[in-house]
Amino acid sequence: MLAFIISPAGFLIIPTLFIIGGLGSLFFKQNDHLANLWISTIAMLASLWGLFFSLLFILFGQELVFSFAPTSFPLLSLSFHIDLLAGFFVFIISLISIFCSLYGLGYLTHFYKKYNIAVFGFFFNFFLGSLFLVVTASNAVFFLIAWEIMSVASYFMVVYDRHDKNNIKAGLLYLIMTYVGTAFIILAFLLLYKYTNSFEFAEIKNQLVLVPNYIKDLVFVFTLIGFGTKAGIIPLHIWLPDAHPAAPTQVSAIMSGVMIKSGIYMMIRLFMDILQPIPLWWGVTILVIGIISSLLGVLYALTEHDIKRLLAYHSIENIGIILLGLGSALIFYTLNLPELALLGLIAALFHTVNHAIFKSLLFLSAGSVINAMHTRNMEEYGGLIKYMPQTALFFLIGSMAISALPPFNGFFSEWLIFQTLFQGITELNSVWHLLFIVAVGSLALTGGLALACFVKAFGAIFLARPRSVEVLHAKESPLSMRLAMGGLSLMAIIFGLFSGTVIIILEKVSTSLTAFSAITSPLSVSASQKITIIPDFGTVSAPIIFITLGALVLIILFLVKSVIYKKQTVKIGRTWDCGSDLDSRMEITATGFARSIVVIFKGILKPSLQQKVEYHDADSRFLQKSRTVTMQMGDVYYTYFYNPLYKIVNGLSLRVRKIQNGNINAYISYIFGALIVALFSVL
Amino acid sequence: MNLLIFIIQLLLVTAISPLCTGIIKKIKAHLQNRHGASVFQPYYDIWKLLHKDEVISKDASFIFRLAPFIIFAVTVFVGFSIPLFTSFSNIFQVSNILVIIYTLAIGTFFLALAGLDSGSPMGGFGSSREMTVSALAEGGFIFSLLTVSLINHSTDLFTIASANLFNFSQPFLPIILAFSGFLIVLLAETARFPFDNPATHLELTMIHESMILEYSGKRLALMEWAASNKLVIFIALGTNLFFPLGLASEATLVAILIGLLAFVIKIIIFSVAIASLESSLAKFRFFRLPDLLLSALIINAVAIALIF
Repeated sequence: MLAFIISPAGFLIIPTLFIIGGLGSLFFKQNDHLANLWISTIAMLASLWGLFFSLLFILFGQELVFSFAPTSFPLLSLSFHIDLLAGFFVFIISLISIFCSLYGLGYLTHFYKKYNIAVFGFFFNFFLGSLFLVVTASNAVFFLIAWEIMSVASYFMVVYDRHDKNNIKAGLLYLIMTYVGTAFIILAFLLLYKYTNSFEFAEIKNQLVLVPNYIKDLVFVFTLIGFGTKAGIIPLHIWLPDAHPAAPTQVSAIMSGVMIKSGIYMMIRLFMDILQPIPLWWGVTILVIGIISSLLGVLYALTEHDIKRLLAYHSIENIGIILLGLGSALIFYTLNLPELALLGLIAALFHTVNHAIFKSLLFLSAGSVINAMHTRNMEEYGGLIKYMPQTALFFLIGSMAISALPPFNGFFSEWLIFQTLFQGITELNSVWHLLFIVAVGSLALTGGLALACFVKAFGAIFLARPRSVEVLHAKESPLSMRLAMGGLSLMAIIFGLFSGTVIIILEKVSTSLTAFSAITSPLSVSASQKITIIPDFGTVSAPIIFITLGALVLIILFLVKSVIYKKQTVKIGRTWDCGSDLDSRMEITATGFARSIVVIFKGILKPSLQQKVEYHDADSRFLQKSRTVTMQMGDVYYTYFYNPLYKIVNGLSLRVRKIQNGNINAYISYIFGALIVALFSVL
Repeated sequence: MNLLIFIIQLLLVTAISPLCTGIIKKIKAHLQNRHGASVFQPYYDIWKLLHKDEVISKDASFIFRLAPFIIFAVTVFVGFSIPLFTSFSNIFQVSNILVIIYTLAIGTFFLALAGLDSGSPMGGFGSSREMTVSALAEGGFIFSLLTVSLINHSTDLFTIASANLFNFSQPFLPIILAFSGFLIVLLAETARFPFDNPATHLELTMIHESMILEYSGKRLALMEWAASNKLVIFIALGTNLFFPLGLASEATLVAILIGLLAFVIKIIIFSVAIASLESSLAKFRFFRLPDLLLSALIINAVAIALIF
């Protein structure tokens, strides 16, 4: 049985199931409920199988290489190479898809009669299936096909809610950005093909000596742009905060939690594996991008009051944090400090899985709120904790995990990334050491701002008094949605509590890469999950934190409640209101909450404040009729990068247009000219 | 003997913290030409509050009800996880700098949520300000502890404290710089002048007091107590990491007594310093605080760069 599961056939069951799920759902076009049942069940089954496969593969497997070569296309072979790294990403994808598919069972009901569920199911299943192929494909052409299926399927889900014009716009932007990215990836693979004469990853790796250094640098820049666009690094992120919120919630969760990680996966695959050895500046570039993305991501998140956009910006921040780990790993590896590089890679991988868990948890709980409230604007929420207590609890767990509060999972990966950066400060000298100091500073600041941002989000959504009447009608979400959120919350706790075990597994995963095959790990994990950076630079132990802190809260609760002054009476009264009637407009809003931080960082965020006053009598200007205040954030990327770029491209196109004058004679002369040039170059 | 050390380590911060607040209040009263209440007044206050009935806002949720217990537990937890009077009584082995910093952040998180929970505008703005200050202070906090960590090649607080014992061979300038950065963070995190005014109520400028405005009775007692705990924690970190004089390095009665005595003396010195600082400084305008906090960050970054 075991041998079957981790065999090629065992793996191929996953995509097959997704294809069955996708095509099969089209048969249920007439019945929304059956279609929903079908797609969610099949997607769950397939992901569950994927979870089994990846767990057993990581524990017992080594490598799985197999291919089908269709003869009609000589360059395309459906070849798979599943090593432990790919297996680990298969694990992440399946883990998140299980819960997201389960969630869909309840969530999709509000699309019934409005949109066609079967069509959604088609794209949903193909999207999930393509994710599995992206991380396991080992032929560049096959990889690009899977990559395209992933992009196109996700595009159709971004524009699924098509009655909202903004979604169509977001979808278009997503499509454009993703094609620009893909174009760069294709260029990079073509360059590699030119010198190594192969699209097979293994072959490229073996023939790498044939690639000149400047071509390798070019490949780095192209793949960084290509995969960076998908991962959402700043300044290539502009599609992300628009597209992720537009999709149905479980798709947002998968896009934010898993899809953007495919960019990270390919970066690790290329820079840590296929293109090794690499020059120092690659790692430095990635570290710098990590610093910028993490800091700016969280700052933009603070300015948002659209709950899903806020979460999308946090994805950018967390991609930045992962890149801090990956970038330092690359730097260490090039500077011949492979042990520390291993530490950095483990930290990056750990944060990758953690972010997948808590980000999808947060998206799902946000979706649960949106489902009840029918708006994404946080200013219209408030007090939801009394109407949706379970969703509130799940969102709280997600918030604590993403803010890196112990004992949840986010803390332990961020702890590792901090330790990696600390090692960089001690072990390196000159400029690089200063770079790592800046990296620590930015990570620390990011952590603090993320905490502020989630206090804002949780407070604005769940606490205080309702800010709109909609809240009063809000009901707790259906069971399947709560189960999905609960499962992910449990994962956030388990991955924190058993962080030691996770690290042991990640060590195995990382050392399976040829770059790290003979490296002793700088981490040691004791039986009680205590993680130590050798030699004794730092230790952390999740169970001790969890148990002591938990026990302390319980003991204090018991002592104060039941030992001291048992006769105490608790009266429920009104919030102190200075004698006035407190209404919901007197509470602080999400915008108000973050305003002081926005003002402090006004150099970067460029907030603007417009006031428009209308008077009853425009001449005397005494009595005001209405007063409008518009607060906006300046968009630096559009103003300084995309708009100039657009102008240049547009200007060039206008110039080029002149040669297309509609005169057939002119066209014939072009053909003639081209022919002459071609002939001369051949002769 | 080990049991004795265990118990002292477990309860020392919690037991001594109201005294520390009392001393600061007394000194401030003297500087203002007042007599002031007894230094033990905070103990009476806590006792009194613990025996009072409570009023809880009808808008508040379980966050508001649970927050004081979590916040208090966090300060007790951090209180026994850091070096206090010995350099070896690491009872639960959770003395990593990042564990300490992020566990304290749990307290800040729930404090700010509790401030928002009752829906009072005061609480909301208090939370907003608190999160602004603590977000900016975190960088300086991590950096200042990192400086001493890097000097001693360990991020474990007890290792730092013990390696430092009676040892003046260490780079002097980074420690002084890091300490001054830490001092700024201490004032910010414990809601002291020039960041916050711990003595006023219902002033538009206040931070900490406005978040706990809706609390009464037992929960208010815990909140006040937790705030004093936090002050003692920061004082202990400041003295024992940067100038670990008098820490007991072995489990003998004399050494422990010296350690305890040194701890009390350190607290008194710090209390005097904080009280005189508070009496001589005015509260800063809110938007001037980031300058102070970011300079703490930069001072510490310079300190780290100077080590190597």
